[in-house]
Amino acid sequence: MIRAHCLICAGAGCISSGAHALKEALTAELKQRGLDNEIRIVETGCMGPCDLGPVMLVHPEGTFYQKVTALDVPKLVEEHFIKGRPYQPLLPKEAPTGAVVNTQRDFTFFAKQQKIVLENCGLIDPENIHEYIARDGYAALGKVLTSMKPEEVIAEIKASGLRGRGGAGFPTGVKWELTAKNPVKPHYVICNADEGDPGAFMNRAVLEGDPHKIIEGMAIGGYAMGANNGYIYIRAEYPLAVKRLQIAIQQAYELGLLGKNLFETGFDFDLELRIGAGAFVCGEETALMRSIEGRRGQPQPRPPFPAQRGLWGKPTNINNVETWATVPIIIRNGASWYGQFGTARTKGTKVFALAGKIRNTGLAEVPFGTTLRELIFDIGGGIPNGKKFKAVQTGGPSGGVIPAQYLDTPIEYETLQALGSIMGSGGMVVVDEDTCMVDFARFFLEFCCDESCGKCPPCRVGTRQLLNILERICSGEAELEDLDRLEELALMVKDASLCGLGQTAPNPVLTTLKYFRDEYLAHIVEKRCPARVCRDLLQFTIIEEKCVGCSVCARVCPVETIFKVGGQKKYYIVQDKCIHCGACLEACKFQAINKTSEGEGFIPPPRPAVLELPPGRKPTAVVTS
Amino acid sequence: MNLEQLKRLKEKAQQQVALREGHKKYRVVVSMGTSGIAAGAREVMKTMLDEIEKRGLADVEVRVTGEIGLEDVEPVVRIERADGEQTTYAKLDPEKARRIVAEHLVKGTPVENLVVGKEKKP
Repeated sequence: MIRAHCLICAGAGCISSGAHALKEALTAELKQRGLDNEIRIVETGCMGPCDLGPVMLVHPEGTFYQKVTALDVPKLVEEHFIKGRPYQPLLPKEAPTGAVVNTQRDFTFFAKQQKIVLENCGLIDPENIHEYIARDGYAALGKVLTSMKPEEVIAEIKASGLRGRGGAGFPTGVKWELTAKNPVKPHYVICNADEGDPGAFMNRAVLEGDPHKIIEGMAIGGYAMGANNGYIYIRAEYPLAVKRLQIAIQQAYELGLLGKNLFETGFDFDLELRIGAGAFVCGEETALMRSIEGRRGQPQPRPPFPAQRGLWGKPTNINNVETWATVPIIIRNGASWYGQFGTARTKGTKVFALAGKIRNTGLAEVPFGTTLRELIFDIGGGIPNGKKFKAVQTGGPSGGVIPAQYLDTPIEYETLQALGSIMGSGGMVVVDEDTCMVDFARFFLEFCCDESCGKCPPCRVGTRQLLNILERICSGEAELEDLDRLEELALMVKDASLCGLGQTAPNPVLTTLKYFRDEYLAHIVEKRCPARVCRDLLQFTIIEEKCVGCSVCARVCPVETIFKVGGQKKYYIVQDKCIHCGACLEACKFQAINKTSEGEGFIPPPRPAVLELPPGRKPTAVVTS
Repeated sequence: MNLEQLKRLKEKAQQQVALREGHKKYRVVVSMGTSGIAAGAREVMKTMLDEIEKRGLADVEVRVTGEIGLEDVEPVVRIERADGEQTTYAKLDPEKARRIVAEHLVKGTPVENLVVGKEKKP
């Protein structure tokens, strides 16, 4: 008899930190000790705390282990599986208190979450359809096909209050009805799995961890809207998700859960994968459809909306991965059950990808109405290294930043919009005091500028010009008038762009201008970067008292501008050639490098009378005055 | 595929994953400290695992734990019922273990002459 299940997270995060090596070592160790008949190893989808990977969950106890490497395996097996006590060194600790966590249930990261979309993620083997069926999988599809009319399905989704999880939050039931009522045939359903936001991975986790849920949701949607064909548009950068989806689709066909005559009701549904090349704009629905048709991924003006004229000119319904994955759960448990989660305006839960300067980087699902503070500080564990929270960017590269004074805002589509940000697909990038907000805005604008498809000038030209201004500010070459230009141009790009990419691209600029104007002013007026990030405004000097003369800084300096002080065991940075790369700061083990920003009033120590070449440097390097 | 077939598939598949769901009627806890292992606790546990599998008892989970404080009467096994009733057996061997499965886990009647302790936890 199998007495324990050892669930190893095989999400992309844990695989890159070594989950496969862990599985191999564990399999070998269990076999060697004769435990392979008692303990089963299962590879699951993402469990959530990606930063702690590779992670492992042992049932029936529910013991959660973090950062398990192949080297830990012999000791872990000895302690946990033979002697029956948790292997202490690998148990996670609560972020603020440092208390050891014994089981998954007790870990605040999990305890405060409400897993609905992620109910199976990290619990079942995504490559085994039977484990999905064991968790009530495909029961909702069976129920819909055998006992509900298409209109009843739409009514149920409407009643649940489900809103599109792709970012806009349009009521899903209403959208379905538009497609369903269109007399033009055939109809199509599409799953938008083109998740391209930097730092966002919620859709990937569902695709990798519970692919059947999306398949089931799309089949239900196909029935409700009279569509017999569905497409999943997924980017090639998600190879593992593609592989697991392919396996899942094949298994569903084998069991007759896709294909002809489902549940003997005469309803046919076929599903195909379409692999995108990874253009950010292809996440926009009209560009996505063109890409499926084999044309260049560029957006079209709306209307006509996809429900009127979509894929190949036919009525089409596009929903996000998370939306589709929620559908079977609503059908299974009923609209009123789903309605108990969330707020009056927005029902249900949302999966967020926590990234940036946060302790528990990873995936968390919470009901709408949870405050940013609860999500970032309770589940996310707050900011590491004793730093101060500065802002959180919601909704990916085109989302705005929200500063500390709004941390108690409940998370909803409308509340985030009111603050100038967006829900987006659920990315959350947390930044601390060490981040320069101007540089932050520049970084994300650069992303949108690169990804602009080039069709409409406001986006193609406007984002480029915005970026130019931001680059000037970051290098201390901007004037005060640039701020007005920046704001005016940002609003123009927002208003005049054709699709969502251009319409939201200025959000980081506008919100940082609104909440962190002082940082912009510091860059422009004082030529000072308050967070000491913008390279052109930095100044590196050596603190004489702390320098021991080890010469490491001089050796790593890429432009050879650090010299030995004549006759002393001290070093000195000649400012005019310094490129402010910070290599010396990282290399120095004695904290003898001082980083300041220009404009802080710091005066570098005077240049010594005699400078010598450091040991090992070729004499060709001439000491310039 | 029809509803009936799906239901049968589900019932079969549920046994595979039931262990991860918790809420079993019986929990068998084997004391697996050094003295337990020396006295043959692994043999006892293996016998119980085999027996439980042979009889297809789905509502039982088996755990191992460290010393529970009865070193002189090992191997020790505690059977915890979902309602909080705990029965401790001592000085076991494979034969006795088989009896416990047959009597206690199948019929629900403890093997009184092997019991060394009983308590009720809320």
